[in-house]
Amino acid sequence: MNYWPLLGVAWVVVGFVLRANPVIVVVSAGLVSGLAAGKSMPELLAVIGDSFISNRALLMFAVTLPTIGLLERAGLREHALQWIARWRGLTLARLLVVYLAARQGLSTLGLIDIAGHAQTVRPLLAPMSESAANRTPGLQEHGPLPREEIQRVHALAAATDNVGRFFGEDVFLAFGAVLLIQGFYAEHGIQLEPLQIALWAIPTAIAAFVIHAARIVFFQRGLARRMGSRKSSRMASHAVD
Amino acid sequence: MLSIEHFYIVLALFLFFAGGSNLRERRYAHAAFWSLLGVLFATGKLVLAASKAGNPLPSQLAGAAVIVLALLATRMRREHIAEAPEAQRQASASRLGHRLFVPALLIPAITVLIVLFGKYIVIFGTPLFGEGSITLIGLALACVLAALAAVVVTGERPIRAASEGRRLLDTMGWAALLPLVLATLGGVFAASGVGDAVASIVSAVIPADSRVACVLAYGLGMVVFTMIMGNAFAAFPVMTAGIGLPLLIQQHGAAPAILGSLGMLTGYCGTLMTPMAANFNLVPAALLELDDPNAVIRVQIATALPLLAVNLLLMYWLAFK
Repeated sequence: MNYWPLLGVAWVVVGFVLRANPVIVVVSAGLVSGLAAGKSMPELLAVIGDSFISNRALLMFAVTLPTIGLLERAGLREHALQWIARWRGLTLARLLVVYLAARQGLSTLGLIDIAGHAQTVRPLLAPMSESAANRTPGLQEHGPLPREEIQRVHALAAATDNVGRFFGEDVFLAFGAVLLIQGFYAEHGIQLEPLQIALWAIPTAIAAFVIHAARIVFFQRGLARRMGSRKSSRMASHAVD
Repeated sequence: MLSIEHFYIVLALFLFFAGGSNLRERRYAHAAFWSLLGVLFATGKLVLAASKAGNPLPSQLAGAAVIVLALLATRMRREHIAEAPEAQRQASASRLGHRLFVPALLIPAITVLIVLFGKYIVIFGTPLFGEGSITLIGLALACVLAALAAVVVTGERPIRAASEGRRLLDTMGWAALLPLVLATLGGVFAASGVGDAVASIVSAVIPADSRVACVLAYGLGMVVFTMIMGNAFAAFPVMTAGIGLPLLIQQHGAAPAILGSLGMLTGYCGTLMTPMAANFNLVPAALLELDDPNAVIRVQIATALPLLAVNLLLMYWLAFK
């Protein structure tokens, strides 16, 4: 067994820790591993080229950008904000928990790319979350959110999309992960039906929903607390003035 | 008739447009980066065909181009490109109202319709949708139609769609390329035998008689390897062949369906915590223009760790009868 190709793994970890540009870290790690495995440079270049081109689908999200960009120019985010601001009883936590449930539910039906960071989070969910946070009782009294809190809300919106997607898609029969598991076992002489595999993803799907929904609720409470202490410290500093 | 290759050409044209815009603004590294990427997308089919026919030269050139892209990436700065003024966006928002949602919602709606019914569309005896994943073709076609709808709704000139798309693309910069180079790295690692080396080390160090130790080694191994590779799919065959199959299934009698499903989902907990899963963790941070590129990961860790614990317990309780 040749253990030297593991140098590439260490290279990646060190590169990320040192905060070097990730693209150069990743590409050079491939060179390190390939050379350590005893490949010649021409051979290695061919592997990199073929592998890159076979994975072109991963840039496909860029075709959504012209639509989203044009709609943003025409005021999509501003309209989403104003519209959500008119809903009664809407809070940040309610909006995100409903989104989590919908995202997970749709993913279990195989509707996985219906939503996503480019499709729904940037144009809709992120601005709606911000607007909902500004209208949430316990938050709206403190005025508009400061920039760093807006960034936290946006990050939570993106995280909610990921959790809903990941822990819904595995319940879908024809999803790649289920077929990968089935194919792996079939190669090793164990025959399984996709349904058997997909059903056992349900307990984790429920746990993921409960845990992340609870975190959303706690986030909202923590946000209210931070806004409150920000306000009182500002008033205290005014009092000193 | 319509294959994914057609849409790679569309994407290449968009990348050339982005390259040209940067060239005019004298951002030469960005111009070279997007243009070279466009060449790789436009010629991809030829490269793969040549490689299959036994001619490695085009693949080698593509590999060299990937290295040049990585070098160019170090020269690219992320900067916010000016948007339309806010007053103009507000006025347009109140004028257009809900009509603005229509093109955005067309993307998922058309994708789903094509996935469900696309195979029934036949023109002159040939199916409309040819080779390649129908979801991907559906998504790409939906985006083209949605862009047209957006042009109609907003009344802008079509070239505006390209220039606004380019604004978002340059906002993301090299981060847009990360998912693709990470997947490439996965291919190179597989070809270099990284997976076999990991499996051999792990199975040498764990006490194989203890069921708890094997469950922990399999689950945590899935998490760690997923975090390194950025992808549970790459970790699953390595860990299951190295630990799951010989130790948990054959020696301790775990049920394969339950172990496989929970093992994969345990890997997903790792996906939530790693910058290597760029398309889920770093791309949204770039898209949302967050100051901290790891902001999304920071939020996700507190969901991932309790869920990981739940998964390990489920594996221990459910997989063994």
